[in-house]
Amino acid sequence: MTLNKEAELLKDLPLFSKVDLAKLKLLAFTSERLTYDDNQIIFNEGDEGDAAYIILSGTAVVSIAQGSKELELDRINKGGFVGDISLLCDVPRTATITAQNSLTALQIKKDTFFNLIAEFPEIAIEMMRVLASRLDNTSKQLRDANSKT
Amino acid sequence: MTALSFPFLYFSLDLPKIIINKAISGKDIPSDFFGVSIDQVEYLLILSLAFLMLVCINGGFKFYVNVFRGQLGERMLRRLRFDLLSRVLRFPLPQFRRVSQGEVIQMVTAEVEPLGGFVGDSIALPAFQGGTLITILIFMFVQDWMLGLAAIALYPIQGYIIPKLQWHVNQLGKARVRNVRRLSEKIGESVSGIEELHANDGARRVLAIFTERLGTIYDIRYEIFQRKFFIKFVNNFIAQLTPFFFYSIGGYLVIKGDLTFGALVAILAAYKDLSAPWKELLTYYQRLADSKIKYDQVIEQFDPPGILPEDAQHAELEADFSLAGPISANNLSVLDDEGQPIIESLSFQSEKSEQVAVVGPSSGGKDLAAILMARLLIPDGGQIKVADKLTLDLPEAATGRRMGYVGPAAFVFNTSLRENILLGAMHQPLKEATGEIIDLDEKKRNLRNAELSGNSLDDLQADWVDYKAIGANSETELREKLLALLKTVDLDGDTYDLGLRGTIDPDQNNVLADRILAARKALQNRLKQPEISNSIELFDSEKFNSNASVAENLLFGTPVGDDFILENIAENQYVREILRETGLEEEFVRVGRDVASTMVELFADLPADHEYFSQYSFIATDDIPEFQILLGRADRLGLEAMEEEDRNRFLALPFKLIPARHRLDLITEPIIDRILEARRKFAEKIPDDLRGAIEFFSEEKYNKSATLQDNILFGKVASDKANASEQVGALIAEVIESENLRSIIVEVGLDFQVGLSGSKLSPAQRQKICLARALVRCPDILILNEATSALDSGSQTKVMSNIMAATKGRNLLWVLQRVALAVPFDRVMVMSGGRVVETGGFEELKGKADSVLNNLLRAE
Repeated sequence: MTLNKEAELLKDLPLFSKVDLAKLKLLAFTSERLTYDDNQIIFNEGDEGDAAYIILSGTAVVSIAQGSKELELDRINKGGFVGDISLLCDVPRTATITAQNSLTALQIKKDTFFNLIAEFPEIAIEMMRVLASRLDNTSKQLRDANSKT
Repeated sequence: MTALSFPFLYFSLDLPKIIINKAISGKDIPSDFFGVSIDQVEYLLILSLAFLMLVCINGGFKFYVNVFRGQLGERMLRRLRFDLLSRVLRFPLPQFRRVSQGEVIQMVTAEVEPLGGFVGDSIALPAFQGGTLITILIFMFVQDWMLGLAAIALYPIQGYIIPKLQWHVNQLGKARVRNVRRLSEKIGESVSGIEELHANDGARRVLAIFTERLGTIYDIRYEIFQRKFFIKFVNNFIAQLTPFFFYSIGGYLVIKGDLTFGALVAILAAYKDLSAPWKELLTYYQRLADSKIKYDQVIEQFDPPGILPEDAQHAELEADFSLAGPISANNLSVLDDEGQPIIESLSFQSEKSEQVAVVGPSSGGKDLAAILMARLLIPDGGQIKVADKLTLDLPEAATGRRMGYVGPAAFVFNTSLRENILLGAMHQPLKEATGEIIDLDEKKRNLRNAELSGNSLDDLQADWVDYKAIGANSETELREKLLALLKTVDLDGDTYDLGLRGTIDPDQNNVLADRILAARKALQNRLKQPEISNSIELFDSEKFNSNASVAENLLFGTPVGDDFILENIAENQYVREILRETGLEEEFVRVGRDVASTMVELFADLPADHEYFSQYSFIATDDIPEFQILLGRADRLGLEAMEEEDRNRFLALPFKLIPARHRLDLITEPIIDRILEARRKFAEKIPDDLRGAIEFFSEEKYNKSATLQDNILFGKVASDKANASEQVGALIAEVIESENLRSIIVEVGLDFQVGLSGSKLSPAQRQKICLARALVRCPDILILNEATSALDSGSQTKVMSNIMAATKGRNLLWVLQRVALAVPFDRVMVMSGGRVVETGGFEELKGKADSVLNNLLRAE
């Protein structure tokens, strides 16, 4: 995949739809595009966080450790992003992310990430929307879990 | 030899008279010459040839005397410099607070230089020139005593006036020496303190100081010139005055017939010759005065009170000499420059093999105690006894071999890491140098010259390493000891990393090169596992490596020297020739244009100081506008029609492209094929003079200009594979472990050149080297003066316990920067106000509620 295609792909994402193509090209150029083997771990729960990832293809499986078992929370596909929480809140990784279906991701370093948000408030708004829906999702799951017990 | 030359000189003066009076005027021609009859012309010819011969002989004498005195001068200069340097090495340490590095260098190199030349002249010149002068005068007096008298009539006047004038010049000369020294001192200071100058914007002030000093020197020199030329003027005037007498009196005598015409011509010629030696003698007199000033001024600086006697530095020890035993210091006192005591009646004792920690406030004198103990400072009163020997009486061979001292300011020398450590056990040449390329005659000649100049006769090429002191019986054991030592001071990891980044010469170390090649094979075998197979893209002569730059792909090798490095490759004529032949030149201009247009598009809007420029851009901030213009021109004119210079700007860009990382999709399949073709041609046709400028990649061959790590890797880490560099790092470590290469790589790391004052190492690494240097000779007493201050706390704890274990059974005196570190020691000595205020076990002192140690602990 070339820089131009990567930039166009980013442009298609709701998160970046309001951002100039040229800026997205710069983002793509200054970020590393990484391919992962299936079942390769992108990061572990508890690690220091220094980058966020935008999924370009494949699936990222979000899970947390529960006792000795891994509990799968979510699956994120093309256009989604992971690793943002630990950057935003400056906390260790809250979940483990595992690659599936030949995952390719754009790794966005902490500095780039904050520059981007500062420069394009639209990204921040879109991000808030995604985070809020995640929260809503989590609350629902919590309610479900409570009603079961 | 000088005296021998004077008769010849006399004849060469006399001959012109004979030629003119006899041969030319035709009087008194001898009818036969040694039995052969000759006529006037033949007689003239013979005499002229005799004159020519005498000129040759005189020239020969002059040549011989000059060479001889030159050699004498150089030898004296060498001796003088050596003597001064050996004195510098024996200065008492406080002397270095008064004499700066700049001054010492100025004195040893520049100031004594004319002295050497003068010493060569000191006997030869007055003897030769004086003799010449006297010979000429005798000749003149023989011709006519009145004219002779006339020639020297003005000498007494000169002899009276010149010294008077010279005295002022001498005084100025002294002032000049002093001021040049002040300048050197300031230069040295500015270089040492350059960081402070930058950090405090102090350049202008320093320049003002330089201006002031240069101005003083200028004034002095200008005045010296004025006075010197005045002296010259007086001399010349007097010299010109004399011929006046010759013409008037001599001419009168010739007219009257009392003097032959030939004699007058000869006297005039002789007088011309006379002025040269006379001038030389006057110059000699000036130089004598000048040299005396310089000598006095240098010598007074190099004979400070308290200078170590020469035998203290050169005395040898008995074979079983040891300083293992109890230590006792009694009533030590140290005064500062103003005579105020900074250490007063300091006394302490330490049992044999006791490990003692010294703590206290930084102004309490604990550092001085360590320096006194190591005998780096001679106390103004009191004495130190070690194993019943007074340390003041011991030669440096005892303190510098059986004791070890490391201070807080770690100094490493500009040589390899290995030699920096072994310096701790390199005191004298022990084993004759071995090796093939030793020129014995040359060695003998050097030795003889050194002897004649009173220099050191020690052979630098010999093996100086004291194996016995290190406790090694062979080179293998020495290697093991060094590796163990690196672990003790926690430097083995760093040395290993240096080794991986180091290079070796396979011609000299083919065993290692072969083992590295074996490791390369082993790594490639491991790469067959599917999960790591794509983390490295191996070099393959038939394939394009998308993780390597276009330049690397084209060269398919590592540049040696500057010809083919990334900055120069686009301008290299041979590379351009290959590009033209393969049709790549046009392509590169086009790709370069596309790269430039992408870069301008991406970066043009960013502020000029944005970090992305240095990290990512192919084009520097300042060049962006220029490339914008170039791109405009390319659109208007078309690439073909552009100026060669403009096209070259584009052409240089694609070399830096790494397709897999930059993802610009500009290096297409057809271009790749052509690059591979260019690669083949490049290697095939490379001219002989460039053959040495590149080391080609070859699966079977060690690449001497690439690092050990790159040699094992033989490829590029995949830039688009997540965690590839971690995986590859682990893989290399695994291979090195399984191939048993670690210790060899550490060895290569030991050959790392540390740079000026160890500038290529971190302060912590430098300090660790100094610790290793003191430990390497297993000293009976180890004195450490805040010697781990640059280490981080984790490393510090580790190194401390390692050193304590390594010196178990020997005396250890460790001045600590923090009290809490003193826990593991046998005894703690608390110093304050220049004396020991408390001593005892750590727990014991901590147990007393009001102990000084507790106060210090609370303050930490």
